[in-house]
Amino acid sequence: MAASADGRLALRVTVNGTLHELTIPGSRLLIDLLRDDLGLTGTKKGCAIGVCGACSVLVDGELMSACLLLALAVQGRSVTTVEGLAAPDGSLSALQAAFIAHGGFQCGICTPGQLVAATALLAHQPDPDEAEVRAWMTGNLCRCTGYLGIVASIRAAVIGEGPAAGAGE
Amino acid sequence: MRPFSYVPAASLEEAVGVLARHGDEAHLLAGGTSFVLLLQQGLVDPGVVVGLSSVPGLNTIERDGAGQLRIGAMATLGRIEGDPLVRDALPCLSEVVGRVATVRIRNQATIGGNLAHADPAQDPPPILLALDAVVEAIGPSGRRTIPLDSFFVDVFETALAPGEILTAVRVAAPSPAIRFATVKFLPRTVDDFATVTVAVRIDPSPDGRVADLRIALGAVAPVPLRAVAAENAIRGHVPDEALLAGAAELARDAVDPFDDVRGSADYKREMTRVWTLRALRRALAPSERVA
Repeated sequence: MAASADGRLALRVTVNGTLHELTIPGSRLLIDLLRDDLGLTGTKKGCAIGVCGACSVLVDGELMSACLLLALAVQGRSVTTVEGLAAPDGSLSALQAAFIAHGGFQCGICTPGQLVAATALLAHQPDPDEAEVRAWMTGNLCRCTGYLGIVASIRAAVIGEGPAAGAGE
Repeated sequence: MRPFSYVPAASLEEAVGVLARHGDEAHLLAGGTSFVLLLQQGLVDPGVVVGLSSVPGLNTIERDGAGQLRIGAMATLGRIEGDPLVRDALPCLSEVVGRVATVRIRNQATIGGNLAHADPAQDPPPILLALDAVVEAIGPSGRRTIPLDSFFVDVFETALAPGEILTAVRVAAPSPAIRFATVKFLPRTVDDFATVTVAVRIDPSPDGRVADLRIALGAVAPVPLRAVAAENAIRGHVPDEALLAGAAELARDAVDPFDDVRGSADYKREMTRVWTLRALRRALAPSERVA
């Protein structure tokens, strides 16, 4: 990889299926690349120290914290953010639909991270029981403490329960 | 954060060369879960960051001819947790790394970064000490191995020489007769650093004596450490409750914790005694094989 005179480096990364070729400083974090360079502001910067889960993204399908990754560490890899969860025609994933139908969010700031983390869970374990859901989602904090709705939404997506089910206030 | 140049190393030899050329200006990057925090807080201020994720094969987990498990430095904790070889030969290690922080952190954090960072509150060192693990390193003067027991020097300090890179950790697969018990005491939240961690390994003898054992402790001293006096109190004896209680007191006397949000130093000393005793009981429980 060639560094330019000012120490910037070339980065090739696929984000939500689109290949991006950028020239960035070595110190650029993935979270800042996504939000500031690519305009993908769905990924939130919460604690910025890897604890809260608001910046959860998938790197080659694995759940990671975008705030703890140098952008150059994802050289040549494929990143999925919350903007990449819906189908290209805009139709929502089963998890997204379930979060709407079952009250999976309150203020919404943690929701992108919750959705990305839950997507990783179902890719890893398609039929988790409630204890497995709770264990996996431990790293995604909700300051509104809306955990019952989040767990209910994921469980609803697992059992294929569509919208309604008495949850639409 | 001061701008730095980033070198994605294509080989260990290249990484060693870059470290040698830049001296203290250069830092290694493994998974980044600790290093990126140190960067953001200004606690490290490198001119050059050498990335190890681009070195092929550095995350390999394999069994060598001598039956030893060799875990490459860049293997993530999540990968170690789920690896079939680890689950088969070292279920105790799989269990311990599976309790570190959260899924996200386990997917990023590496065993090499974990050990080389030498944060005394990390979870893997005590079980690796109980397993008599050895680390492999490469540096300007070649390759060498360092017993983990003499690897940790002080908070954030290891026996690695300047310019040396930890490349793997090696563990002999224990015989099925050997028993383990591990504890991570977390009074706050499950994703927190531990207040105390304990790893106990018991090598039983057919006559009921404890032929050999390890008691290793984490988060309660500047380095992860073995409670050697407590081990000596039990080794060669048929264990009973009084013997274990006495050994747990010796473990308590061996630690040197500091006050923090996870407890006062006095509390951590007492919790060291309590959890060492419980771990010893669990490892020695006749009907139970605790992984």
